[in-house]
Amino acid sequence: MPKRTDIETILLIGSGPIVIGQACEFDYSGTQAARALRAEGYRVVLVNSNPATIMTDPMMADAVYLQELTPASIKEIVAKERPDAVLPTMGGQTALNLADTLHQQGYWEREGIDVIGVDIDAIHITEDRQAFRDLMESIGLDQARSRVAKSLLEAKEIAQELADGQGFRPVVLRPSFTMGGAGGGIIWKADDFDRMVSRGLELSPVHEVLVEECLFGWKEFELELLRDANDNVVIVCSIENLDPMGVHTGDSVTVAPQQTLTDPQYQGMRDAAIRAMRSIGTFAGGCNIQFAVDPKTGRLVVIEINPRVSRSSALASKATGYPIAKVAARLAVGYTLDELPNEITGTSACFEPALDYVVTKIPRWNFDKFEGVDEALTTQMKAVGEVMAIGRTFTESIQKAFQSLEQGFAGLGADRELPDRQLVRDRLATPYWDRLLHIRNAFRLGASVAEIHDVTKVDPWFLHQVQDLVALERETEGTPLAELGRERLLTLKQHGFSDVQVGWLTESEPDAVREVRQSLGLAPTFRVVDTCAGEFEAQTPYFYSTYDQGENESVRSDRDKVLILGSGPNRIGQGIEFDYSCVHGVLAAQEMGYEAVLINCNPETVSTDFDVADKLYFEPVFWERVQDVIDLEGPAGVMVQLGGQTALKLARNLLAAGVPLFGTPFENMDLAEDRGKFSAVLEELDIPFPPYGMARSVEEAVEVAESIGYPILVRPSYVLGGQGMRIAINKDEVADYVANVLQLFPDNEVLLDLFLENAIEVDVDCLSDGDEVWIAGVMQHIEPAGVHSGDSTAVIPPFSLADETVETIKETVRRIATRLGVVGLMNTQLAVQTKDGEDHVYVIEANPRASRTVPFVAKATGVPIARIGAKLMLGAKLESFRQSGALESSLVGFAVKEPVFSWDKFPEVTKELGPEMKSTGEAIAFVDDITDDHISKPYEMRNLYLSR
Amino acid sequence: MTEPRPAKLALEDGTVVAGYAVGAPGETTGELCFNTSMSGYQEILTDPSYAGQVMLMTYPHIGNYGAFEAATEADRPHVAGLVVRQLSVDPSNHDMEETLDAYLARHGLVGISGVDTRRLVRHIRQRGVMNCVISSQDLDDASLVAKAKAVPSMAGLELASGVGVAEAYDFSEAGERRVAVYDYGVKRHILQSLSALGAAVRVFPAGMPFADVLAWEPDGVFFSNGPGDPRAMPGAIGTAREAIQSGLPLFGICLGHQLLALAEGLEVYKMKVGHRGANHPVLNLTTGRVEISTQNHGFAVREDGLAGVAEVEHRNLNDDTVEGLRYLRFPGFSVQYHPEACPGPHDSRYLFDQFFEMMDAAPAERHRQPAREGVSQPVDA
Repeated sequence: MPKRTDIETILLIGSGPIVIGQACEFDYSGTQAARALRAEGYRVVLVNSNPATIMTDPMMADAVYLQELTPASIKEIVAKERPDAVLPTMGGQTALNLADTLHQQGYWEREGIDVIGVDIDAIHITEDRQAFRDLMESIGLDQARSRVAKSLLEAKEIAQELADGQGFRPVVLRPSFTMGGAGGGIIWKADDFDRMVSRGLELSPVHEVLVEECLFGWKEFELELLRDANDNVVIVCSIENLDPMGVHTGDSVTVAPQQTLTDPQYQGMRDAAIRAMRSIGTFAGGCNIQFAVDPKTGRLVVIEINPRVSRSSALASKATGYPIAKVAARLAVGYTLDELPNEITGTSACFEPALDYVVTKIPRWNFDKFEGVDEALTTQMKAVGEVMAIGRTFTESIQKAFQSLEQGFAGLGADRELPDRQLVRDRLATPYWDRLLHIRNAFRLGASVAEIHDVTKVDPWFLHQVQDLVALERETEGTPLAELGRERLLTLKQHGFSDVQVGWLTESEPDAVREVRQSLGLAPTFRVVDTCAGEFEAQTPYFYSTYDQGENESVRSDRDKVLILGSGPNRIGQGIEFDYSCVHGVLAAQEMGYEAVLINCNPETVSTDFDVADKLYFEPVFWERVQDVIDLEGPAGVMVQLGGQTALKLARNLLAAGVPLFGTPFENMDLAEDRGKFSAVLEELDIPFPPYGMARSVEEAVEVAESIGYPILVRPSYVLGGQGMRIAINKDEVADYVANVLQLFPDNEVLLDLFLENAIEVDVDCLSDGDEVWIAGVMQHIEPAGVHSGDSTAVIPPFSLADETVETIKETVRRIATRLGVVGLMNTQLAVQTKDGEDHVYVIEANPRASRTVPFVAKATGVPIARIGAKLMLGAKLESFRQSGALESSLVGFAVKEPVFSWDKFPEVTKELGPEMKSTGEAIAFVDDITDDHISKPYEMRNLYLSR
Repeated sequence: MTEPRPAKLALEDGTVVAGYAVGAPGETTGELCFNTSMSGYQEILTDPSYAGQVMLMTYPHIGNYGAFEAATEADRPHVAGLVVRQLSVDPSNHDMEETLDAYLARHGLVGISGVDTRRLVRHIRQRGVMNCVISSQDLDDASLVAKAKAVPSMAGLELASGVGVAEAYDFSEAGERRVAVYDYGVKRHILQSLSALGAAVRVFPAGMPFADVLAWEPDGVFFSNGPGDPRAMPGAIGTAREAIQSGLPLFGICLGHQLLALAEGLEVYKMKVGHRGANHPVLNLTTGRVEISTQNHGFAVREDGLAGVAEVEHRNLNDDTVEGLRYLRFPGFSVQYHPEACPGPHDSRYLFDQFFEMMDAAPAERHRQPAREGVSQPVDA
């Protein structure tokens, strides 16, 4: 069937602010959907409250509404735009729930709006545990035994039943209608039962929990399906969770394709998935189904269905090269799979991708942000981001995944001293974020596959692979680098060992390893992610590296290239905002006539969509891997200002390697990054800043603090999101905090700044072409200084500062940017303290790069500052943008950026704000004046913080 | 771990790659082909259609779940050799009976691992299929290339008679229907699919005269898959013609499909690179539905001279090649792909039902008559 012609305008609902369990993968799916629908000639109206998304850029839709996602706001938009259809499957559970709420009210029907991409009547079935259970039973699919409870007493009865008279047996708790499994988990001990069930009931909006047979230790799988209006179904990707059942799939290390099922087992799962998908109504779109398999008997059990594009579909899209969201959007408007082409090979979209590589995803957590947090992994998702890595073999991909994490790992082990045996044993007993590392450690300590399997239940196939890595480590240790030889070094590289790891094993410097490697003619080759295992010719510019030596498929063009370094995994403090800037960097480079080459390893992002950059290298933003790409591509320069601290951290390496940077020269960036140098700059410019000091030890820190006074801000240098940052009020606290920082960041310096009490914090984003500085936005924070800027409610323009003060702020920023020779973007944080009726403006820090607030400022003012900033780096001048009117703000009234938190995932953590950032996302609101709730509420709360 | 033994793979165009020996030590030759299935390696290795071919698996980890009887399509591997990126020496699955390496060694199959399989796939995709040699005995490049060059071309090669049964046997005896199977290398799961629907299945050797098959009074005749060039099988084509004239419902898969087409005067050609994988989209033109299919063929039916003879009922969505024919002059249909799957998706199993429906619909008296006469003749005489 061709596309529908009875609809013209389609309303696309986004997923709102980023929270744990619902992150930027929905910017990716929404962006793909918007592009696909517009390409088909539909008018797309988009609504999302998250300003840090590409999907809400004016270029993405015919009308973009940066509004909160409520029934009221949808109705308002509908009244204005009169859409013919609504597509709610691209915006996660938020969009689906919103569409469902309106459906329950009979709203869509009344307005004559078609809900497309999902069978809205069937949504309840997938979220309502008992209804789902009944449905699966009716189609003959096995499930874990379970029942729904509406009270604690009922839950107790069920638990007794499941234990078959054996006393207490662990059960799984799943509250109905909560996101990312909030409030769920395994109840291991009878003692925890009452507390956990009560909380689950409380969190469930319908006051209902499912008590379920515990499948802990079973193998877990996911299938990504697409279905068209003709009921054709394809399975785009199979994913095997390395972490067995018991850990939320969002918190699991996952591998694609599945590795340990026989063909009859896999096809049985495929059949079951198709049957399950067909049972949840008639719809055309995407769907994700999770299964568990008993490793002892092969018993296959359905876990859940998500009748929408999900986090796993983003992963599956990147893992296979199959654009699931794009195709799902086209299916929703009536196309059938056989009518759509596979954009990579020119063959049909109606096929199942064949992989000839292995993909590994590792989640990224931020437990360090939450003091007292329970770090054990459960059925409730806790990760804030993820990385994906591609290798020809599992070992190559898992090592690359560890290199991608940016937690200081050079691979899976072999880069530091082995921890103590007891620690390894303790950490293995319960699933923690570092389980794989400790599995490797356990092998180093002599444990066997059987022993580790017994404790972790991880499938022996994966354990043997890790054991192979350890065997290679052992064989290599003690061999001097010079005697390693080509074959051994190639074997190590093919197993993903980085030069850093090889250096560790051979007691030599990474650079020396690189030299030896190159002298032996060993470099990675780059392969195309082609959806078809090489069967057809592919045109896609989507590559990964491998040490299989046969052939390099990435051909360097003769065009001038810009290399853009992506921002790696999302984490608190460095999230989607930086991917937003990277995408604009790509577009800017293309518009300036360059070939845009991007390196990134975050599968949730828009930047890693295969048709964003001219060439995408899905690689760790890890120095060795970056260098490999540079060796091949020979870019005219690298953009490091866009990808947050990830990219900026590599500036020094790039400089040392003689690779040019676009934008602000390295020495000048260093002037801002190095606190000592920056203070000298401020002194020279006669700009006030709070007294500060630096220390490398606890004793030194206490000495500095005593001389500066209290309260005092303690933080490590070169970190983002205020990691490890604390306010101390006496020397004991200083000693405590500094010891903590030095443990977290050994070899780092500790900064101590006098904390300005009762000050108003201000954030400024500016652009500079090297000659002229243009202030893009001045944001006044509602929360007092001391609350991390990322956690603050920020308002453009300032609402309670005197005009002269704002002018002083702007002038201060201009002078700093000019002095630092900024070319591109710079963010400055300042504090305004009123003493004796007079405002004093202090500079806290300046970051010569795209900041977290760039997308907010862009959305608030309508000025595409990320794109303009990137063009300035490439030599454009501000004047040309001014002349074309691109610098004119469209803001009327105030724009408010509200932080959004994921507290519900960490009930044990005190909900307290401070200098360390804790929010996971943000929303934007446009208001007329400061009496509006968006401003007045946090403004009243302000006194709460001040009183402490 | 035992020390890996070196091995080499040489192509007839002079390409030589080094790796490690897996399975049995020794040397083997054949046409190098590849399969993109990510699971089901043992089904592929034992598929008699692959006789004479060296199988390269594109998925890099092969052997992950070991080897086990239920995953076999025949009593022994039929491929001439195996090429993999990495063979799992420590498989894991509750169905596993032995490692794949042990299984290969037990059956004397020569293989090579540790080679950059993707590079070889791209090589033969660009230059077309070619013959190869794998050896762990002879590691001299020039000698190996000479051996690869000496391997006879698959085009014009008749291989089916070497893999089918020598004598007729009953695969299953009970059933409402009787299906006669011409065995050119039939996969076990085809026989199981037929018998599962309630048929007595008798397997006949490729050379069995049709009259003898008819004497068994079948309700339908099935032409199986198998290796080699169907154009080099005049005997089988003749048998197919006789079967067509009998008016019995006929069903052909893969080689059987090609034989029926040839018997109806259609043309078969050798493809530059065949279809070998478990992810090929096939459109059923009658229903408009798509099936994800398992495919394994290097020859295909040309879409010429169909008028009045047959209609294309299935088409490959990737390259538009003919995937299935419904015949107009007799009750029968045939498909180029594998509805029995194994390995692969189960989307096309309905074709077996269709065959049974066809047998149900056929007027029993008409096609059974000649057989009855044949049987009764001696009595009358």
